[in-house]
Amino acid sequence: MYLNYTTEQNRFREQVRLFLRANLPEDIRDRSLNGEERVAEDIRRWQRILHAQGWGAASWPKEFGGTGWSPIERYLFDLECALAGAPPQLPFGLKMVAPVLMRFGNPRQQQYFLPRILSGEHWWCQGYSEPGAGSDLASLKTRAVRDGDYYVVTGQKAWNTLGQNADWIFCLVRTDPSAKPQRGISFLLIDMRAPGITVKPTTLLDGTQEVNEIWFDNVRVPVANRVGEENQGWTYAKYLLGHERANIASVGTSRRQLRQLQRIAATQLRHGVPLLREPRFRARLAQLDIELTAFEITTLRVIAADENKAAPGPEASILKIKATEILQQISELMLDAIGIQALPFSAAVPPSSVPRSEWQHLSRITAQYLNFRKLSIYGGSNEIQKNIIAHLILDL
Amino acid sequence: MDFSFSDEQQMLLDSTRRLLTDNYSVQQRRQIISSPEGYSRSIWRQFSELGLLGLNIPAEEGGLEGGAISTLLVCVAMGEALIVEPYMSSAVMATRAIAKLSSSAQRSEWLPRLNSGTVIAVLAHDQTNGAAAQAVFDDTVAARSQNAWRLQGRKAIVYHAPLADVLLISAKLDAASGTGTGLFAVPRDAPGLRLEAFTTVDGQRAADIVLENVEVPDHARIGGDVSATLPMVLDYGAAALCSEAIGVLDKLFSMTVEYCRARVQFGQPIGRFQALQHRMAEMLMHLEQARSMAYLAAFWCESEEASRRAAVLSGAKVIIGRAARFVGQQAIQLHGGMGMTDELMVGHYFKRLLAFEVRFGSTESHLQEYAARFLEPDRDGL
Ligand SMILES: Cc1cc2nc3c(=O)[nH]c(=O)nc-3n(C[C@H](O)[C@H](O)[C@H](O)COP(=O)(O)OP(=O)(O)OC[C@H]3O[C@@H](n4cnc5c(N)ncnc54)[C@H](O)[C@@H]3O)c2cc1C
Repeated sequence: MYLNYTTEQNRFREQVRLFLRANLPEDIRDRSLNGEERVAEDIRRWQRILHAQGWGAASWPKEFGGTGWSPIERYLFDLECALAGAPPQLPFGLKMVAPVLMRFGNPRQQQYFLPRILSGEHWWCQGYSEPGAGSDLASLKTRAVRDGDYYVVTGQKAWNTLGQNADWIFCLVRTDPSAKPQRGISFLLIDMRAPGITVKPTTLLDGTQEVNEIWFDNVRVPVANRVGEENQGWTYAKYLLGHERANIASVGTSRRQLRQLQRIAATQLRHGVPLLREPRFRARLAQLDIELTAFEITTLRVIAADENKAAPGPEASILKIKATEILQQISELMLDAIGIQALPFSAAVPPSSVPRSEWQHLSRITAQYLNFRKLSIYGGSNEIQKNIIAHLILDL
Repeated sequence: MDFSFSDEQQMLLDSTRRLLTDNYSVQQRRQIISSPEGYSRSIWRQFSELGLLGLNIPAEEGGLEGGAISTLLVCVAMGEALIVEPYMSSAVMATRAIAKLSSSAQRSEWLPRLNSGTVIAVLAHDQTNGAAAQAVFDDTVAARSQNAWRLQGRKAIVYHAPLADVLLISAKLDAASGTGTGLFAVPRDAPGLRLEAFTTVDGQRAADIVLENVEVPDHARIGGDVSATLPMVLDYGAAALCSEAIGVLDKLFSMTVEYCRARVQFGQPIGRFQALQHRMAEMLMHLEQARSMAYLAAFWCESEEASRRAAVLSGAKVIIGRAARFVGQQAIQLHGGMGMTDELMVGHYFKRLLAFEVRFGSTESHLQEYAARFLEPDRDGL
């Protein structure tokens, strides 16, 4: 056993750092470090910059234009990007639909879509959940009826993240209503500009609009845009979910947030003393730091064990739960650090009552605390992940 | 021990609930929040008609003189409806300050108008209730000049200040003018007084107050040195806030249980899943512990025994603060994606609880206040 990075891995890490220092635009970094609402154009620009370097898709194999990096190198890349304040790369194309296309798509689909995901030309979104089908995804009702070379799609998807910017959506649709729920589902790629699609934003409790309802009204989708076999979509869907969960585990983001928390605690005073010097607060900070260290090693163990596997196993559920718990705890501690200053808040109020700049800065911490409640709900709720651990790992 | 409420108290609760059920729907509340004023004058008038604004006004001044227990019940109802009107700020705290601290001339100047709802008053003091020790600015000073007082300084995050006709502003007397703390009734439109207004995370209006050479006449000073008396008013307010939180928790909890009964996944109501049943059982336990402390706080908040009163209130803030966090977070979690939306009320109740946690001293600061008492020898329980 050797629990440190090798010389080559450290050299690789240094190379990534140098690249980030030279190429991550300051304005993008500042917006991201200040926790400002994600700007779509920042995500697009950053993807183009990475692509120009040949690093557009760290996790892809070389044959599809990826880096061919080892899992540890990929991990280090993600870690350094997050620490440097790079915006997260959009996962829906790169880390969700792409692995499905590589494994189950036909060469035509691979040749058309993968390069456009890589370059950032196509913005993808995920059309899995429906109002009636969240945790119980297999009960989804959006219908696709075959009509010659087309499917005619009708139904409603919910909670679609950033679909307002999307060019394409990958959807689970029901193609055989008479079969058992899991057996009658197909996986379709749908052009967001197709006639009959309506995108309606959902306002969240922090006042932002990062998710949407998407309505399909007799949308015609070429059969050529079905991935794999008809009615086999559930297999592909589950393959993708494993990737989604493994992807939520971001040690780098937590590390960066923890650093930010430390800075906040150094400036917030209690009884005239910086909070960072207050023993109880410092102990909570320490507890989180230790937790994150353990989680970093757990993540690396899972990554190393998965090295030779095609898809992440049920251990991804452990990572998803722990990653989101840590991030939620950090955001809670930030909230506690600013205390009463969490109260002034500007979201969704008449324009006359915008808080002063001093509060505005801190109100982002409140907003993040509100927004981060989603982490234990999406990507399969943490209760569902525990069910998976109990069934698939413990065989209970 | 007697945990029951009198018929009169029960009727007060019922009629307050009825008024709010009939006139404070989710839709109406949304409209009120996005209106320029940020509160409903018509609801305020109805509060007055029901006598709610006079609950803390002595009978000889025309009030109901309900005291802490009646105030507790009314505030629970206010919490259930998640009102944004300045009930706590004006009808409880400011009214109480005037009723308890001021001269009879001042009482007859203000109390009838507070009772009829024609005047809204807001107490602008250290919003952390002393306990938080948090460095939000409050450096207001009063200096004597001939027959007037000159106020200078700032107050941070004063709930409902933008709606107030009159602000009761606490200020340290400068060395030349005396010692201790003065309380001054200052019209909101007094020259030199500026508000920097904003909306709070829980949908209420608030402001930072900036005072630059604000002059008020002698008779605007309420009470003498209020250093020792103001804490009683604040503790009374804190107890009212605790009761409001109980209303919020009650409503949020029952909404969650209802949702888990109705929402079907995997062919059954999600409330059938044992993992969620246990979660709701834990939520209920938090809620009942919180209710007990809110009662205890209401019972002690008028006591002259300062140290015991403070201990009870710190204890209440800790227990109810913890409940607020757990029940709030789990209510969202159990609603799934729906809990994250602005459309459902879950998120709005959650945000009111978040505000509760930090107002009048945070959970953590009250825990430390309480803990400090163990330094005294031989103390026994509450
Ligand atoms: C901000 C946000 C972004 C999202 N982005 C996307 C997206 O881009 N694309 C997409 O397709 N979806 C997205 N989702 C949807 C997300 O995947 C679902 O919200 C999630 O699967 C939960 O489903 P639900 O909301 O219907 O809650 P429900 O399934 O109704 O769950 C409600 C509660 O019941 C619990 N529960 C359910 N079943 C069980 C059980 N068997 N045992 C124990 N507890 C159970 C849940 O854990 C939860 O606490 C997003 C959601 C959010 C909040």
